[in-house]
Amino acid sequence: MSEKSAKSPLLKKKAALRPVTKKNLVTYLMVIVFFALFQTLSATGNLKFAYKSLLVPICTSVIMAVSLNLVVGVLGELSLGHAGFMCVGAYVGSFFSVLTEDIITVTWIRFTLAFIFAAVAASIAGVIIGVPVLRLKGDYLAIVTLAFGEIIKSLVNVLYIGKDSNGFHIAMDSAKLNMELDGMVIVKGPQGINGTPKDSTFFIGFILVMLTIFIVTNIMDSRTGRAIMSVRDNRIAAESVGINITKYKLIVFTISAAIAGCAGVLYSHNLTTLSANTNNFGYNMSIMILVYVVLGGLGNIRGSVIAAAVLYSLPELLRGFSKYRMLIYAIVLIVMMIVNNGSYFVKLKEKYSYKFYKKINSKKNGKEAV
Amino acid sequence: MAMLEVKNLGIKFGGLHAVEDFNLELEKGALYGLIGPNGAGKTTIFNLLTGVYKPTSGQFFLDGKELTGKKPADINKAGIARTFQNIRLFSNLTVFDNVKVGLHNQIKYSTTAAVFRLPAYFKSERLMNEKAHELLKVFELDDSADTLASNLPYGKQRKLEIARAIATNPKLLLLDEPAAGMNPNETKELMDTIKFIRDKFQLTILVIEHDMNLVSGICENITVLNFGTELAKGKTEEVLKNPEVIKAYLGK
Ligand SMILES: Nc1ncnc2c1ncn2[C@@H]1O[C@H](COP(=O)(O)OP(=O)(O)O)[C@@H](O)[C@H]1O
Ligand SMILES: [Mg+2]
Repeated sequence: MSEKSAKSPLLKKKAALRPVTKKNLVTYLMVIVFFALFQTLSATGNLKFAYKSLLVPICTSVIMAVSLNLVVGVLGELSLGHAGFMCVGAYVGSFFSVLTEDIITVTWIRFTLAFIFAAVAASIAGVIIGVPVLRLKGDYLAIVTLAFGEIIKSLVNVLYIGKDSNGFHIAMDSAKLNMELDGMVIVKGPQGINGTPKDSTFFIGFILVMLTIFIVTNIMDSRTGRAIMSVRDNRIAAESVGINITKYKLIVFTISAAIAGCAGVLYSHNLTTLSANTNNFGYNMSIMILVYVVLGGLGNIRGSVIAAAVLYSLPELLRGFSKYRMLIYAIVLIVMMIVNNGSYFVKLKEKYSYKFYKKINSKKNGKEAV
Repeated sequence: MAMLEVKNLGIKFGGLHAVEDFNLELEKGALYGLIGPNGAGKTTIFNLLTGVYKPTSGQFFLDGKELTGKKPADINKAGIARTFQNIRLFSNLTVFDNVKVGLHNQIKYSTTAAVFRLPAYFKSERLMNEKAHELLKVFELDDSADTLASNLPYGKQRKLEIARAIATNPKLLLLDEPAAGMNPNETKELMDTIKFIRDKFQLTILVIEHDMNLVSGICENITVLNFGTELAKGKTEEVLKNPEVIKAYLGK
């Protein structure tokens, strides 16, 4: 008994100090294998164009789901405006790229800068929405974030930005831009931004997915992550041990928004025309991502990756059924909610996870004893 | 100067004076009891001293520093930690991580160090793990380090709450009915643990408890509260003999 207790904490110490835990390693490997497989297939011409064109959007969905999981699963706050941050990132990134396409000719430098600007802009949006929203909880937060997403979408739909020899012109009406003849209108209200360079590739999407998982899982497995999860599990207790709740909520909103902004850049540089509508940046999108997160499991990053990849591509693969996509989602979501929260299922799950846990533990201890 | 000084502390909820004119002076190292019938206002006093509620009158000081009206997190940083009558653990975290959350302000590194796994991360985590393990051992919880807090048996959950509170390195520890739900054996063990941690971590302890064996066994002095006001105060054995106290509380 005493021997075991002297031993297990040591093991624990070592486990906690690995740069990458086993669980996260599996997630990385999964993404790498997926990337290698489909990159090879598409490079050798074995992938239908329709499927090939899914690869970058899959990455976008995965990044969105993982970053939203930080808010919903790890912090435990319901946000319905995640697509709004993606929208900010998409517009800022595209605007930058269109503006500098002739000035910065090295694609990777321009694209990297686009990501940086978009991440900064989206994280500022994250702070702007985060500060007033910090006092709100649960349903109220959900409503405000939902409204935020819609406001962003509506704003960019009436936004006109042009550039001429006098500098930038911003207006809410094309007639009020007052451009010189040499000027160029970059953001054209409901028509959005035209001619974004098509810089997004599956490889860049893959790198971004890896980075997102890296950032989110490293945060989760750290002092910051524990603080965030303590706020989720028991706010009053977290405060009682000196956790600054406001600070950690803001950190989560900012980081999650910045990552969503990058997803927006990936999205907008995969299209030639960018415009905001209900399906790409509206609540439909926000809720779809939430569905990925809920189905993948709250706080479960690998689950988000799988759920987003599978659920994004499924309707496209089953094109004939795609009309019923939202219906299927709704049904699956309801079923999942029952399974996740119904008292009977919760007990069932606890029973089995406990058994599973015990089994693993006894195996581990058995091995150590030998 | 007393370590904790509470002056005329009071709070009203609507028309109800839940606590009125509460005064207390605790010397460093004291083990003080707070007793009284249900609804007397004991937990409310803890909530006032930890910033969960803002007092409507009075002040309190820790080591001469006024903490009245400060936020809970700041009060904890100033040196007051507590446990809760209705256990409040981080139920989805392991026992080990619950204590590590308690170490949050003791061993620090930035979010950047966490994301990029900088040396500060490894160094601080190693320190945290050692500290957390040490604390769990004191409470004989080291065998359950990897268990989810919510899967712990009740008695161990109470102990874990104390361990987590001590992890914040407090000067003053507030225990709200630590023996509730424990059997006599566990209570006895708890009494030894409380005395032990007071000496080991040089704590001053204020404890709310209904178990008179525990109170008379470990508290040198007590205050009896009734309807939000002080009924009696002094040496434990004397106060417990006070006829008014017996009538109000012990007699039933
Ligand atoms: N937040 C609150 N709002 C209204 N009344 C409260 C609140 N907290 C406590 N009270 C009341 O204050 C009185 C004292 O409660 P409490 O301090 O919990 O008693 P106890 O001595 O049993 O710990 C009770 O009458 C309770 O109903
Ligand atoms: Mg109470």
